Amino acid sequence: MNTPAAQTLHDPASRGRLLLTLLMLALLWPGLQLSELDLSVLFAGDSASAMAQFVAGFWPLAHDGEFLRLLWRATLETLAMATAGMALALLLALPAALLATRALSLSALSRGGRPGWVGQLLRWPVRGLLIVLRSVPEIVWALLLVRALGLGPGAGVLAIAITYSGMLGKVYSEIFESVDLRPARALLAAGSSRLAAFFYGVLPNAAGELISYGLYRWECALRASVVMGFVGAGGLGQQVDLSLRMFAGGEVASILLVFLVLVLVADLLSRLLRWLLV
Amino acid sequence: MKLTLSGVGLSHAAGPRVLDALDLHIEAGERVAIIGPSGAGKTTLLRLLATALQADCGQFSLHDGDPWRLSARARQRLRSRIGLIHQAPPLPPRQRVVTAVAAGRLGQWSLARSLLNLLYPLDSVGVRDTLARLDLADKLFARCDQLSGGQLQRVGIARVLYQQPELILADEPVSAMDPRLADHTLAVLVHEAQARSVTLVASLHAVELALAHFPRVVGLREGRIVFDRSASDIAPDELAALYANEQLDAPQFIPPPVNPLLRC
Amino acid sequence: MKGNRFANLAVLLLLVVTVVLSFRFLDMNLAELFSAEGLRQMGDYASGFSNPDFFPQHLSAIGRGALETLAMSAIGTLLAALLGLLMALAAAGRHGLLARMASRFVLNALRSVPELVWAALMVLAAGLGPNAGTLALALHTTGVLGRLYAEALENTPAAPTDSLCLAGSGRCAAFCYGTLPNIWPQLVAYGLYRWENNIRMASILGFVGAGGLGQMLYVNLSLFQEARAATVILAMLALVLGVDALSSRVRQRWVTA
Repeated sequence: MNTPAAQTLHDPASRGRLLLTLLMLALLWPGLQLSELDLSVLFAGDSASAMAQFVAGFWPLAHDGEFLRLLWRATLETLAMATAGMALALLLALPAALLATRALSLSALSRGGRPGWVGQLLRWPVRGLLIVLRSVPEIVWALLLVRALGLGPGAGVLAIAITYSGMLGKVYSEIFESVDLRPARALLAAGSSRLAAFFYGVLPNAAGELISYGLYRWECALRASVVMGFVGAGGLGQQVDLSLRMFAGGEVASILLVFLVLVLVADLLSRLLRWLLV
Repeated sequence: MKLTLSGVGLSHAAGPRVLDALDLHIEAGERVAIIGPSGAGKTTLLRLLATALQADCGQFSLHDGDPWRLSARARQRLRSRIGLIHQAPPLPPRQRVVTAVAAGRLGQWSLARSLLNLLYPLDSVGVRDTLARLDLADKLFARCDQLSGGQLQRVGIARVLYQQPELILADEPVSAMDPRLADHTLAVLVHEAQARSVTLVASLHAVELALAHFPRVVGLREGRIVFDRSASDIAPDELAALYANEQLDAPQFIPPPVNPLLRC
Repeated sequence: MKGNRFANLAVLLLLVVTVVLSFRFLDMNLAELFSAEGLRQMGDYASGFSNPDFFPQHLSAIGRGALETLAMSAIGTLLAALLGLLMALAAAGRHGLLARMASRFVLNALRSVPELVWAALMVLAAGLGPNAGTLALALHTTGVLGRLYAEALENTPAAPTDSLCLAGSGRCAAFCYGTLPNIWPQLVAYGLYRWENNIRMASILGFVGAGGLGQMLYVNLSLFQEARAATVILAMLALVLGVDALSSRVRQRWVTA
C-alpha cells in the first residue's frame, strides 16, 4: 500500500457509545443530587457512632420470657396473615384467571388459538383489573386499610388478598394458556361446558405449575406480611417498628433473627410441599 | 529468546506420563516445527514452554533462567514477551475483532489505557495493519461470532503478532484452514518471525507444511522426542514410523460387495 | 401430580385446615367486615379519595417526589451492581475458598433483610430523606445481584481470561477483556430487572422516612389529607405501569440481541 495510513479509523460503534456515555453522565449528576447519596454516613464520625452504638446494642439478644412470648405470638400472627391472605387471594384469583385466560375461548377454536375480537374485548376489563390490582404496592393498601379498619393483622390480610389476587390471577391465566391445550380444545369442540373443559382438560396439566407458583407467592406473602407490620398491620413487622422506635437493639436483633429463621423454614416447607405434590 | 529443556517430564494428575525425558535446545531466532500423531503431547509441550504448566522433573530454562524461580510479577513480565497461539482461539463471541486483537498488548499497557481501549479502540490503525498482513483488514469491526473457524484462527494469530513477543509458540495455528490458505498463512507467520528475529516453535498436523516452511523439525511420539533434525534430512520411513498406528494399519478383511442385480 | 392420591389429598386437607386455623387465630370476622356496617365504614373512608387533588402546587411536589423515587432506585441499583460484581468475583471462587464462603455469607445476609428494615436502619444512620432509601436499596440489592452475578460468572468459561493472563496481562484487564464480554448481557438484564423492582420498592421506603413518593403518601395520610393522598397513589400507579411497559419493550429489543 502506497497511501499513508489514516490518522484514525472511524469506529462504527463509537457514536452510539459516546452518546450512551454522555447520556449516562448527564443523568448521573441529577440522580446523585436527587438521591442525596452520601456514603460517608456509613463510616463518618457521629452518625457512625450512633449507628455503631445501635448495632452494638444488638448484643445481647433480648431473651426474657415475656418478650419471647410476644415474639412467638407475633410470628404466628405473621404466618397466619400470609396464609389467610393467600387463601383469599386464591379465592379471587382463580375465577378471575378463568375469565381472563384465552385457553377456554370458544372463538379461538376456529382461529388457531386467538380469540375473536369480541372475545378479546370481553377479556380486557378483567386483565386490566388484575394489572391495576397488582401494580399498587401491597403496603399502600395496608396503609389505607389500617386507617379504615384500625391497627392489626386484618388490614394486612386484606392487603395481601387484593394485591396477590392480581398477581396470581395474571400468572395463572398465563399458565393456563401455556400448557398443551389440545385436550381442552377437543372437549370444547365436542360441546362440553367451559368449566368441564377446564377441569378435565387444562387443570391436570397445569396443576404442578399452579402449585409451584402459589407456594413461591406464599413465601413472598410471608415477607410482605413482615413489611406491612411497619405500617401497623401486626405481626413481626410491627414489633420491629416498635422496638426500633424504642432503640431496643437487642429486641430488634432477636426479631430479625426470628425473621431469618422463618424465611428459611418457609423455604424448606415450600420445597417439601412442592416435592410432595408436584 | 532461547529456551532449553533437559530431562523434562510431566504427568497429568494421577495419569500416565504425557511428556517424558525431553531434551531440547532452541536458539534465539530459530524456527522449529513439532510434528507427531494425535495425543503425542504437542499441545502440552507448547503450554509447558509458555509457562502455563510446570514440569515435575528436569530443568527448564527460558531466556536466561528457570521461569518458575522468578517472582510472580517478573514471570508476568516474561509472559508478556511470549505469545501462545491457541488451536481454538478463546475469543468471547460478542467481542469485536479490533478489541480481541488489541488484547495482545494488555501485558504492556497500563490498566487505565486498557480500560479506555475497551470503550474506544485507541490504536485501530495498528490493529488494522496487523490484520492486513493476514488478509483480514475488512473484518476490523466485525464480531467474533460472525467469523468462520479459519478466520478466528487468523484473529488469534493477529493477536499474538500485535503483541510483538520474542517467542512465538503456535499450537496448530492453521488447522481450520483449507490447504492453500493454510500454506499462505503459515508463510506469513514465518515471514513475520524472520523479519523480527523472533523464535518460532509451531506444532503442525500437516507434515508437508512443516517440511516446507521450517528448517528444523522435531518429531514427538507418546511424549518422547523421536527425532530432531533439519527438514531436508528426514527420511520418509522415519515419518511413517512416527505416525504408525497399529489399530488403523492392521490389514482388515473386507468382504467383497454383493451385487444384488446379479441374483435375478 | 405425582405421588399417590391418598397422600395428595391428605396434604391438601392439611393445607385447608391450616387456612381455617389462620383465620381463627387472627380472629377475623369476615362476615362483620363485609357486613352493611363494615362496608359503609369503608365506603366513607374511600369517598375521601374520590376527589383527587390536582392543584399545580401538589402536582409539582408529586413530580419532584417521583423524580426522587426514580433517582433513588437508579443510583441504588447502580451502586449495587458495582458492589455486587466485586463480591460476585469472590463468591464465584476466583479468589479462593475462604473468600468464597465469606462473600456468600455476606451476600445472603444482605439480601435476607427486607429493604424496608434496611431503610429503617439507614434512617437511623443517615437521617430522614432519600439518602437512607438509596443506601437501603443499594445494600439489599447488592445481596441479590451479587448472587445472580456469581452464578453467571460460574457458568462462563474461564479460558479467555486465562489465555490473556498467560500473555502477561494483569488480572483486572484480563477479566474485562476475557470474561466481561461474555457476561455483559446477563449483567445488564439482571440489573434492569432489579431496577424495575426497586422503583416499586423506592416508592414505599418513604413510609419509614426515606424520601420519595412514599414519604409524601405517609405524610398526607397522617394529616388526613385523603384527596392529596389519592393523587400520590395515582402517581405511584402510573410510575409502576410505565416502568413495566418500558422495561418489557427494552427487554425485547436488547436482551434478545
